[in-house]
Amino acid sequence: MPTKLWVFIEQFQNVLAQSSLEALGEARRLNAEMSGDGVTALLCGHNLGGLAQDLIAHGADEVLLADDASLAEFRAEPYTTLLVQLAQTHKPEVILAGATTRGRDLLGMASVDLNCGAIADAIALTYADGKVQATRPVYAGKLLSTVMCDERRPQLISLRPRAFPKPEPDAARTGTVTPVAPALPEESIPLKVVDYVMEQGQVSLADAKIIVSGGRGVGGPEGFAPVRELAQALGAAVGASRAAVDAGWIPYAHQVGQTGKTVGPDLYIACGISGAIQHQAGMRSSKTIVAINKDAEAPIFRLARYGVAGDLFKIVPALTAEFKKRLGK
Amino acid sequence: MHVVVCVKQTPDSAAKMGVEDGKVTWGDAALIVNPWDEYSIEEAIRLKEKHGGKVTAISMGPESAKEALKTCIAMGCDEAILLSDPALKGSDALATSYALAKAIEKMGDVDMVFFGKQAIDGDTGLVPVAVARRLGWTPLTYTIKLVELDFAAKTVKAERLLEQGKQVVTAKLPAVVGTVKDINEPRYPSFMGIRKAAKAAIPIWSAADIGADPAKIGGPGSAMRWPKVYPLPAREGSAEMIDGTPEEIAVKLADKLIADKVI
Repeated sequence: MPTKLWVFIEQFQNVLAQSSLEALGEARRLNAEMSGDGVTALLCGHNLGGLAQDLIAHGADEVLLADDASLAEFRAEPYTTLLVQLAQTHKPEVILAGATTRGRDLLGMASVDLNCGAIADAIALTYADGKVQATRPVYAGKLLSTVMCDERRPQLISLRPRAFPKPEPDAARTGTVTPVAPALPEESIPLKVVDYVMEQGQVSLADAKIIVSGGRGVGGPEGFAPVRELAQALGAAVGASRAAVDAGWIPYAHQVGQTGKTVGPDLYIACGISGAIQHQAGMRSSKTIVAINKDAEAPIFRLARYGVAGDLFKIVPALTAEFKKRLGK
Repeated sequence: MHVVVCVKQTPDSAAKMGVEDGKVTWGDAALIVNPWDEYSIEEAIRLKEKHGGKVTAISMGPESAKEALKTCIAMGCDEAILLSDPALKGSDALATSYALAKAIEKMGDVDMVFFGKQAIDGDTGLVPVAVARRLGWTPLTYTIKLVELDFAAKTVKAERLLEQGKQVVTAKLPAVVGTVKDINEPRYPSFMGIRKAAKAAIPIWSAADIGADPAKIGGPGSAMRWPKVYPLPAREGSAEMIDGTPEEIAVKLADKLIADKVI
């Protein structure tokens, strides 16, 4: 019997999303706070192998496993219809997902069918008076808001990636795996995925523990070379400010900020970024910020834990050399 | 071809946001078209320039949102409609998507609806997909390129920017497209456009005009409650500045970051 607290699990090419594991960890914590009856994971895909066992190790008590060619890739319509059907049958109280492109689409659509509230991008959850209360950033993170659903159930909540800790797997945990059938046949799904254009060998900004970003101060496309070298030495993702993206020095996929990506790494190294309020909106939840900028008055220094007022073209290569030495690369 | 662009009026992205008596404030910052929506407006106008037809901008909000719609006309939208009614006040994504879907259904002949990725005030990004679901149309969120469009055959091919890279998809029209930045570079309003906008009559549709069920809009139609909004706790102090030669700085910084266990 599925429990009252569910987690939608996202996989891409049969690799579990970090944000789904984080949601599973938060579900376990919430289950204890709610004195709940356990955590159910919904996993969809094709030829998923041992992923269901992985989910049990990370905190699921039951895995609803939909394994079908039509579900191999996330597509909003078949996934929503399946989630809705299962939720209408089993009536969960809460469904969590990662606030990724897929998780946000899924919960937004499911809220229509289930006629219930959806909370996007929560960064903290508590349980009180039979309701989950969420904290979420609004106005690009300039303000915080406390939100909750009314009496309608389920409560659909997506969790911001890296805002919740990833649980340690415990191979000794046990749970059940229940197969479920897809809800839509392939011929009634209008959307077909025909190709992927992947950025090879690059760390995704959303999952990155460390991000090295370049701004106007890098001066041109070639100015990103030292930024990339430092990122490579640290196993970090490469970010950029809007100024650098708008100048055409680096593709938009790297933009951090209000009209780019919101990130929350352990370490954010800002190179030649002055720290406009719109850039801050995308990176201020980083745990430790290092700013390297020749203008000692730049606003970025007010956010930073450590600051270096100097020439990034001298300091960044020195840092790269130092970290290569320390990290044995 | 009839394309609809849904826009929202928001405080300027550079506004310093605050909270007074539980209400959000933005000082004397201007109210603008939600920056994410500019890409949608531009894309819709480009489609019209290529395929002919009509672009209608619609906004749900107070009377003041007419200003945002005038910007849409000044950029090149043909018509604008303001969806405004005291009964719509306090609508969450569930209720807003219902009202917008009813308005789009009233227009009748729509091939494509555009949204920006999200609005920079609430930042939920829920409304575009919820509208798609209500209309029963395919959502093409995070679209970075419309590769092929055939309004006669009712097919679309698009590139979507996801976490792992670009996903290329095909789908059927009508569709709801959510755009991201980089799909285009939005134009500035032209002088002629601004003159046109100044003279444009922007009709106001009420809840009754779109045939909305009063139980599905505003407070009664909303499933979300937001009892509290508050400023972010300030980040403490200023940066610890590190100086020396580049090599000395590198050693000191590496020591600190490793001691802090962030590397």
